[in-house]
Amino acid sequence: MSELDKSELDDGNPDGGVSLPDPLELPEMKPDAMKDLHSFEAAPKHETDLGFPGEQPDDWQDVVINKIGDLRQRYRSFRVYLDSCVKCGACTDKCHYYLGTGDPKNMPVARQDLLRSVYRRYFTLPGKIAPWLVGARDLTEEVLEEWYSYYHQCSQCRRCSVYCPYGIDTAEISMAAREIMDSVGKGQKYCNEIIGKVHAVGNNLGMPGPAIIATMEDFEEELKEDTGIDIKIPVDKKGADILLVTPSADFFAEPHIDGLFGYAKVFHELGVDWTLSTTASEAGNFGMFIGSYENMRKVSLRIREAALELGVKRIVFGECGHAWRVAYAFLNTLAGPWDFLDPAYPVPQHICEFTHDAIRKGKLKFDKSQNDHLTMTFHDSCNVARATRMGDKPGGQFEIPRAVIKAVCNNYYDMDDNTIGEATVCCGGGGGILTDDLMDIRVKGAQPRMRALRKVTEEHGVTNMAAICAICKSQFSKVLPKYDFDMETIMSVHQLVGNALIMSDAPREEDSEPVSDGASGEETASADPAA
Amino acid sequence: MITTIYALAFYFATILLIVGLAYRIYEYATVPAPLNIATTPAPTTVPGVWLRMFREVALFESLFKSNKWTWIFGYMFHVGLALVLIRHLRYFLDPRYVPDLLWTGLELVQPIGKYAGFAMIAGLVGLALRRILVNRVRYISSPSDHLMLLLLIVIGISGMVMQYIDRTDIISLKNFFMSLAYFNLFDWQPLPDSLPLMVHLTLILILMIIFPFSKLLHAPGVFFSPTRNQVDNPREKRRMVAWTRAIESGSGK
Ligand code: HEM
Ligand code: SF4
Ligand code: SF4
Ligand code: SF4
Repeated sequence: MSELDKSELDDGNPDGGVSLPDPLELPEMKPDAMKDLHSFEAAPKHETDLGFPGEQPDDWQDVVINKIGDLRQRYRSFRVYLDSCVKCGACTDKCHYYLGTGDPKNMPVARQDLLRSVYRRYFTLPGKIAPWLVGARDLTEEVLEEWYSYYHQCSQCRRCSVYCPYGIDTAEISMAAREIMDSVGKGQKYCNEIIGKVHAVGNNLGMPGPAIIATMEDFEEELKEDTGIDIKIPVDKKGADILLVTPSADFFAEPHIDGLFGYAKVFHELGVDWTLSTTASEAGNFGMFIGSYENMRKVSLRIREAALELGVKRIVFGECGHAWRVAYAFLNTLAGPWDFLDPAYPVPQHICEFTHDAIRKGKLKFDKSQNDHLTMTFHDSCNVARATRMGDKPGGQFEIPRAVIKAVCNNYYDMDDNTIGEATVCCGGGGGILTDDLMDIRVKGAQPRMRALRKVTEEHGVTNMAAICAICKSQFSKVLPKYDFDMETIMSVHQLVGNALIMSDAPREEDSEPVSDGASGEETASADPAA
Repeated sequence: MITTIYALAFYFATILLIVGLAYRIYEYATVPAPLNIATTPAPTTVPGVWLRMFREVALFESLFKSNKWTWIFGYMFHVGLALVLIRHLRYFLDPRYVPDLLWTGLELVQPIGKYAGFAMIAGLVGLALRRILVNRVRYISSPSDHLMLLLLIVIGISGMVMQYIDRTDIISLKNFFMSLAYFNLFDWQPLPDSLPLMVHLTLILILMIIFPFSKLLHAPGVFFSPTRNQVDNPREKRRMVAWTRAIESGSGK
């Protein structure tokens, strides 16, 4: 439309590309396009299991107002962010859900305003005197429904917080909103059922201990068939050095399992004594998605108990984005102090930090040609990118996974700069919306990432994309086909590591597979330190 | 009569502004931040955080990353405003009690301050146009957002009018503010009789009064934003606040 609109488009997207749509192209605005998307609500039992009321109380409005009042005393973020927004609009084109749907209520500031309007009405002087002037409104049943719809169209990816001049983080508001809704029994089935399973069984899948043990035995056999060696996946091994906490998806589906195989191979090759735990069998912590400190803490404490019980010295987390956020940024608070673990290592460590460290020290040898059929790119998972770090330098969360990939693959290209690193666009399925009843928003929200991927496939012949997040991997497996990609395009980083890792105790197969044929033989040298 | 009304209004607005802002700052400072939510990559040291905050406040770094047009207009407005405010100090300070060096400094800013007024208004007009023309920004605007810009624009224009068109008697104006400052209660020096001055002062009074109740709280707010002011050190430093400690010891909810 206007001049300004057009010039803005340019400035967000420096090089428009040839004919391919720009990943961050602005949509036409379609008010209320996603209003009716309503994920399944939690059953009373899902609510009560987590300590929330099972039914919506008659005085629900009072409860909600009190809860807002309570949260503004508990969280400085909530308090300051509700007051500080100047409606500058800088965040309006930053959310992948707005880019994918055109629904203005998916613009971060509009998403905040759903709650801010009520906050203003009941907690600020202008909102009490002149609601029409400052966009304040009464809390009604419709408002609650609107909250339910749109606060479950936010993946809490924090892309908006990078671009806001005050760092206003819509994820904080949407977590608070979900906590407020839970306080009147209006929770979401997907998240709350899963958290209930973790409390009861220990992991999101609800996989009991014996099933985990049996599965790992099967996996060991598979590894034996693949490699010819006895690679162990120990479970509940007392006195092991390292407790590996990994998303339960790693026990269950592709490409996650291949990631788990990658970790097992690395551990085996380095000869470290490690174990999984049947009681702390989940890295993910959905307590964060619903903004519940108590639930998040309860889930985290399982890890502390397992670490104490098994007597481990270190804790390492597997590939999972939101899990890594809770682990890196919150675990020390929620379940620390970790004074009983080995102080020589950070608690917790990310598996990529662990592998990267071994690569740097030259302890792992790779045959990079094993990945020559692949040309890789890397999806920075938002929670890793914008809420955590790896290594000791800011930005290590971008460099370390890439260094690992480049150490094991010859062909690597990044996607557009404004879709990676701190600007990464979400897979579309994070933050507790990875459920079939929200498939519509998941597919639409994936659009910027899918377009960025399309560009590198066309421009650089990229064949596959690696990620280090269980949700990202599951989400991509589902949505890639909707954008005409093969579902196996998405891979685990440690799957690549596992492919290329040379196991020093592997049986020699001199006749069948010559290691060195011409140029590629040289790649068998140790890790590329420059990577 | 008019002088008395303005004098009382200025006392009222000043008290409200100071007490209101102090109270907000107290509130922001005392609400705990139980978890580390720094937006990463974030500085890993306290001086690093100061530097990040400085870049946000002095350069609007995040806004620059976000949207160049809003940055240009917003930056023009704020820098213009800051310079204009410095220029205004002349009217409220008694040279007898201001160190010479500072006073010379203030005198030096005077000519820059003149152009700063234009920059401020141009920035504001740009922001207002953006708010009206860009459909995304229009969508998120309430009447108060438009009015706030209008208020500032009219403050700016009435100021420029006094400077270039309908010159006001600056000496009596200064005498008026000095008599306020020395609490010569009900013995105030008369305000010069000037329509643009009445408009200018009235709108400034409104601005001072709404400051602690409006989005203008972004000015103190930015310093308290946890995503910007936290050190990225959660693995090394265990964060605990009163209510999370109460939960830990089993006594809290
Ligand atoms: C620490 C000091 C301050 C900082 C860092 C700051 C920063 C910002 C930023 C980054 C924006 C968004 C961009 C824009 O729309 O211009 C903004 C908007 C705004 N600021 Fe400030 N500001 C400060 C002080 C003030 C003060 C003292 C006023 C008082 C008049 C003010 C009035 C406004 C207004 C009215 C807007 C909204 C502009 C619009 O409607 O688009 N700011 N500020
Ligand atoms: S956190 Fe992510 S999903 Fe939520 S509003 Fe911000 S950009 Fe959108
Ligand atoms: S960028 Fe920040 S201040 Fe600007 S509209 Fe968005 S949330 Fe509000
Ligand atoms: S699922 Fe992945 S991409 Fe999506 S929010 Fe989580 S970490 Fe980000």
